[in-house]
Amino acid sequence: MLHELSRRQFLKAAGAGLGGSAVAALGFGGAEEALAQAVRPFKLARTTETRNTCPYCSVACGVIMYSLGDKSKNAHPAVVHIEGDPDHPTNRGTLCPKGSALLDFVHSETRTKVPQYRGPGEKAFRQISWDEALDRIARLMKDDRDKNFVATNQDGTTVNRWLTTGFLAASATTNETAFLTYKVVRSTGILAFDNQARV
Amino acid sequence: MTNSWTDIKNTDLIVVMGGNAAEAHPCGFKWVTEAKAQRGAKLIVVDPRFTRTASVSDFYAPIRQGTDIAFLLGVIRYCIENDKVQHDYVRLFTNAPYIVKEGFGYQDGLFTGYDEAKRDYDRSTWEYELGADGYVQVDETLQHPRCVYQLLKQHIAAYTPEMVERICGTPKDKYLTICKMIAECSARDKTMTSMYALGWTQHSKGSQNIRAMAMLQLLLGNIGVRGGGMNALRGHSNIQGLTDIGLMSNLLPGYLTLGTDKEVDFATYMSTRGFKPLRPNQMSYWQNYKKFMVSFLKSMWGKAATPENDFAYQWLPKLDVPGYDMLRYFDMMYQGKVNGYFCQGFNPLLSLSNRGKVTQALSKLKFLVSMDPLQTETARFWKDEGVHNDVKPESIQTEVFELPTTCFAEDEGSLVNSGRWLQWHWPGQEPPGEAKADTWIMAQLFQRLRALYEKEGGAFPDPIVNLHWPYRLADDPQPDEMAKEMNGYVVSTVTDPVDPSKMLLEKGKQIDTFGQLRDDGSTACGCWIYSGSWTERGNMMARRDTSDPANTGAYSNWAFAWPANRRILYNRASADIDGKPWDPSRKLIEWNGTAWTGFDVPDIAPNAKPQDVGPFIMNPEGTARLFARGMMKDGPFPAHYEPFESPVTNVMAPKIRGNPAARIFPADLAALGTSDKFPYAATSYRLTEHFHFWTKHSHTNAVLQPEFFVEISEQLAAEKNIQKGGWVKVSSNRGSVYAKAVVTKRIKPLKCDGKTVHVVGIPLHWGFTGAARKGFGPNSLTPVVGDANIETPEFKAFLVNVEPSNGPAVS
Repeated sequence: MLHELSRRQFLKAAGAGLGGSAVAALGFGGAEEALAQAVRPFKLARTTETRNTCPYCSVACGVIMYSLGDKSKNAHPAVVHIEGDPDHPTNRGTLCPKGSALLDFVHSETRTKVPQYRGPGEKAFRQISWDEALDRIARLMKDDRDKNFVATNQDGTTVNRWLTTGFLAASATTNETAFLTYKVVRSTGILAFDNQARV
Repeated sequence: MTNSWTDIKNTDLIVVMGGNAAEAHPCGFKWVTEAKAQRGAKLIVVDPRFTRTASVSDFYAPIRQGTDIAFLLGVIRYCIENDKVQHDYVRLFTNAPYIVKEGFGYQDGLFTGYDEAKRDYDRSTWEYELGADGYVQVDETLQHPRCVYQLLKQHIAAYTPEMVERICGTPKDKYLTICKMIAECSARDKTMTSMYALGWTQHSKGSQNIRAMAMLQLLLGNIGVRGGGMNALRGHSNIQGLTDIGLMSNLLPGYLTLGTDKEVDFATYMSTRGFKPLRPNQMSYWQNYKKFMVSFLKSMWGKAATPENDFAYQWLPKLDVPGYDMLRYFDMMYQGKVNGYFCQGFNPLLSLSNRGKVTQALSKLKFLVSMDPLQTETARFWKDEGVHNDVKPESIQTEVFELPTTCFAEDEGSLVNSGRWLQWHWPGQEPPGEAKADTWIMAQLFQRLRALYEKEGGAFPDPIVNLHWPYRLADDPQPDEMAKEMNGYVVSTVTDPVDPSKMLLEKGKQIDTFGQLRDDGSTACGCWIYSGSWTERGNMMARRDTSDPANTGAYSNWAFAWPANRRILYNRASADIDGKPWDPSRKLIEWNGTAWTGFDVPDIAPNAKPQDVGPFIMNPEGTARLFARGMMKDGPFPAHYEPFESPVTNVMAPKIRGNPAARIFPADLAALGTSDKFPYAATSYRLTEHFHFWTKHSHTNAVLQPEFFVEISEQLAAEKNIQKGGWVKVSSNRGSVYAKAVVTKRIKPLKCDGKTVHVVGIPLHWGFTGAARKGFGPNSLTPVVGDANIETPEFKAFLVNVEPSNGPAVS
């Protein structure tokens, strides 16, 4: 039976090989150890692999993300490399110009990092805390709903709708996010509910 | 997609119209390359521009945007006239033999029942003639003058090659070459696939564009077979999922629909959702509607949904209009009728038509909440960015919240690809700064809202305070919990009615399939079409088995495909009346005398006799509809209509502007332009280096395509004295943009009805945030009018003027 070398084993072997045995085999005597120390090991050898799919178009190419950190409790992983997943039946390891640059999207300088608020007439955002933001939004929602909720229409039929606030859902959030969003939004009676499939 | 990306390798002919897969879906397009290299498949591209897909095609023909229906009905006419129809398939699996009621007709561009004031039809004559037994009358010889096949022949008679050339601007010889290539696929051992995207949907008759091709595919016998199908290349990674789960105004999960004001109680609501079969022995699967609906209501409100309160049917809001879609809602916002708005991963300032109107609408809100991993333009609609966002912040009173969220690399869960595969993914790092998962944000908001209602009371708190919230951490529900809810679970033990000692379903267990769902409240299921995705055997969406017996391209044990892990929809149609594959070399499923066997999960019961049960199980007919009855707002057959803004009049019905059944609001009607002031036919599209307005935040992509441009022909450039790389101003009746001109041979002027039509191409990736240069997009120019059936705005065909300019700095 053929023993299959896993991708990880291969990467580790390759990394270690460069730093040690391969150099030793060249027979440089005392110099070899110093040289071996100086050779930078293959960086992906000590990363953690995570399977994901590209968030852009609906081909949904498989990707492998390589993160520093070993996923232990207090280690904070950071993705350092992303490439196509060779096992994925659709893309078989390939990526397009968008997928190939996913790392730049993940670490984009213009990602949102803190909650921000802009008051009426103001010219700039300012940082606020999550609690401030969420408390204020919940208050705005409740006040608007209480004031404008339509329990019955002109014919006296129960309609239980709230038309003065609306919700646009995304195009790349997970199904699980979508379902939780669905439950919350529908429970309030919002009808102006839409997603990116519309446009 | 009826099929999957990997199935494209099985095809003989690929027709790309209304899309540009090589550019927008490059890694999926590799399966086209595979079919060409391994099977000798041919690729046809029909597009206003010589696209990247066209550059690797076997045959390319130009077409004026917005005229695809005339082209496709012409191809149907050619196939029927030249007897290139898969006759057995059409007779068995479509409604071609069905007889339509007396009184149905079509004249001067209108079907019977049109009401001009309402821009709508009375569709009562668009129906079948029923017999005394309640079933549709049929004529298997297809000779009855009112059978669907004869009506179709009449309807398409006008779409001669000469007429197609007049309307579409496609040279007749090129058009006929394409007709001939397509017609060959009527043979049982030849199949064709249609790959389309927003080039077909973003029209005021987008749904009918797609129907026209679906009809052609049915006539050729190409639906349900390997290498065939109607393959919508969806634009984003999970709009399939978000639509499946019903995040739209009128939808409930799994394509159930919300009640209306007229459906005053659950019994009335269910009375129109009985779906009695229209032909003998048909499954008419929607007969199970009540099971899906009650199970959904149980997943929403748990114990509070009881038989006594109709499982809380009244807690769902009711619709007084067909839907509060985005176009309607931004019009309401523009009129000052909206106070609050949430944008979750959505950037409408750049993605909704008529940006000027969007800005004015957002400025009338009391509050706007943006949840996004990127700094969007929408969250900054109030910010003065000079020519790129010309507003006065001090005059905008909207409170704006920008909430940072995770991106794919930091979250866990499933996305649905174009081929309906639910694929699970895992996080590789923690979110940056204080960013949080959308699930956390929604849960936090909900917890606060519920607490306020519990404390203060208020307007109808019942559906909020009773929302089923069974999560391990109420403040932070985890993806596996929602995935299990959507799959469905047993609420109370179900025993065999014949032998109560026998347990059929055990309380607390995950269900295996939607076939187990009940309408008495003993099961709960968030999204019935996802049943089977997380069973007692675990997370089926996380499966990574790459085996593919007989190399069919099905990969049945990779992830999970809805429904029921079926990889090719309508696969029963891949075999003849006796269950033998039309093409043995492309066997999908086969009847072995007692059961269906093969490479896919059959549509119909595994032991349903092939002579009895039709493949189109969701239709009460059991067959596919060449004639759509009253189910399409704008006609049971597609018909040619010009875009609302067109360089030419409708030659078939000169009095009609646009799609006569498409809704258009007064402000938007007034904002339409005409060809005397705006003579050029514009269209919008993507580039391969960019994804919408996201990748301009990625350094590499911003370097690859740094700057906004428009594409025009050498002829137009010469006519208007526009230099290669020079600045131009592009205007519509709604706004204008500045761009560098790419003068190209890829666009050539068309001759339509004797008139020269110049096409202007406008890519969509720039805004005023991110790493790329500031720029504009097509939505500064596009009109607000949607498809008659689903309200997708007409982004692909509108009118502009183009003038040389000194650029934005000095204007």
